[in-house]
Amino acid sequence: MAVMISGASSPLYAKRRRKNVITMALSYAATGFGLTWLALILGVLFYEGFSGLSLAVFTQMTPPPGSAGGLLNPIMGSLVMTFIAVLIGTPLGILAGTYLAEYGRYDKLSTVVRFINDILLSAPSIVIGLFVYEILVATMGHFSGWAGSVALAVIVVPVVVRTTEDMLTLVPDTLREAAASIGLPRSLMIQKVAYRAARAGMITGVLLAVARISGETAPLLFTALNNQFWSTDMNAPVSSLPVVIFQFALSPYKDWQDLAWTGALIITLAVLALSITARFLGGQSKKS
Amino acid sequence: MSMATFTVPTVTQQPGNNDDLVEKVTVKNLDFYYGDHRALKNINVSLYHGKVTAFIGPSGCGKSTFLRILNRMYDLYPNQRATGTVRLDNDDILAPGQDLNLLRAKVGMVFQKPTPFPMTIYENIAFGIRLYEKLPKSELDDRVRHALSRAALWDEVKDKLGANGLSLSGGQQQRLCIARTVAVRPEVILFDEPCSALDPISTAKIEELIDELKEDYTIAIVTHNMQQAARVSDFTAFMYLGELVEYGETTRMFTTPSDRRTQDYITGRFG
Repeated sequence: MAVMISGASSPLYAKRRRKNVITMALSYAATGFGLTWLALILGVLFYEGFSGLSLAVFTQMTPPPGSAGGLLNPIMGSLVMTFIAVLIGTPLGILAGTYLAEYGRYDKLSTVVRFINDILLSAPSIVIGLFVYEILVATMGHFSGWAGSVALAVIVVPVVVRTTEDMLTLVPDTLREAAASIGLPRSLMIQKVAYRAARAGMITGVLLAVARISGETAPLLFTALNNQFWSTDMNAPVSSLPVVIFQFALSPYKDWQDLAWTGALIITLAVLALSITARFLGGQSKKS
Repeated sequence: MSMATFTVPTVTQQPGNNDDLVEKVTVKNLDFYYGDHRALKNINVSLYHGKVTAFIGPSGCGKSTFLRILNRMYDLYPNQRATGTVRLDNDDILAPGQDLNLLRAKVGMVFQKPTPFPMTIYENIAFGIRLYEKLPKSELDDRVRHALSRAALWDEVKDKLGANGLSLSGGQQQRLCIARTVAVRPEVILFDEPCSALDPISTAKIEELIDELKEDYTIAIVTHNMQQAARVSDFTAFMYLGELVEYGETTRMFTTPSDRRTQDYITGRFG
């Protein structure tokens, strides 16, 4: 026999409410815990690094201990190597992602490629550094900016593959059918319709890849090494921000340590700017 | 009602005054398979130039599946195949060597959900034209305007041709898709439930449009809405469980259907 219980006073409902309150409290606590550390890290970074921010940082070379200087050569090296890495990694990543989402959607090969890509995505970056050391540095006989770029490119590829595939998969099949229905060959459909619909997301993916590699130290230690001087020769060792931070932060010299803090702040701000841009673009793509 | 009419997909009573009817698409013994599942069973039907043929029937009866055979849309997906013959004029479109892109330029399609391309209104139309013709700008402009006028959209968008096609309302988007289809100069236009996502006013506009377009094209429309079929079509085909149960002139189909199932469906007893 059915018993009428008014909703609000039902013991079941009261129990659900209690559970809800507890879960909410735990969720807030977890969020607060995570945010605390982020705030602490950013706070210390600003406190230690901000005073060192000056024009000299962007115009002068890394100094020997005890004298004044800046971070121009590592900033430049990082920019150039990141740029080349993106130049190598993005086309490869987009092509592979396009294969997975469009051409090879029903192929067994896609499953294999996707699996391998996931492994690559989570591979420790130091392993990638060692790999490029073996195939480039060891064979060429010296460290070089090219080797550094290639190591970074290896990190870029899986990120771009993943985001390209994800974004293309989000493009509805009805749009593909519509393109086919006016006699559009598949290659043109992908270029003119699918890429256009997925563009914002794909650019976001590339930006996230840039954010990821701009802080990488391990793959550069074995490849680009470091350079105390201004050098635009990609065939020679090239300086980079993460490696300089690594070197300076471990040094016993106060002025080097200060520069390391400043460098860390610069990278963090750059990555923050990239992430905000990526988020902005991603938000836009959702609206359209 | 004898059992015979239940099992044999009878094409009852070929349409009267056959003299001025030009057969554009002829379907013979058509079967369709999703993997091992036989979704269409021995379909025989004709589409006539200058006429609208409506396909009605309950969900899952195979009417959309049928429509997607006429432009080989099913080819985009694996494990789907059709057997039998489907002739467009004298060309067997199921033939292995069929050029699908050319076929689809000849047999256009308008979908259930409006699907404008993510580009400007102008580009949505011009894009399809440029695929097959290299025209000077002024001529291309003319073609775009003509297509938009044909779709009764020109007056609403003539001042914002540079706006994104996605910024239009649902009904306008659907008419943009019709304009896009017309712009490629097809011979046959397939409508796959073109109004099921639209409000009554937009629906009325689209129906009016179909009526205007039919003099130049061969039109097939799949619809869930029996009133719509009665309003826009010259011929109606009733499908049920993958079979073409009955086919004939719309006026007759809706007044004196010869098959019990047709009668039950159009009087709302199932479906």
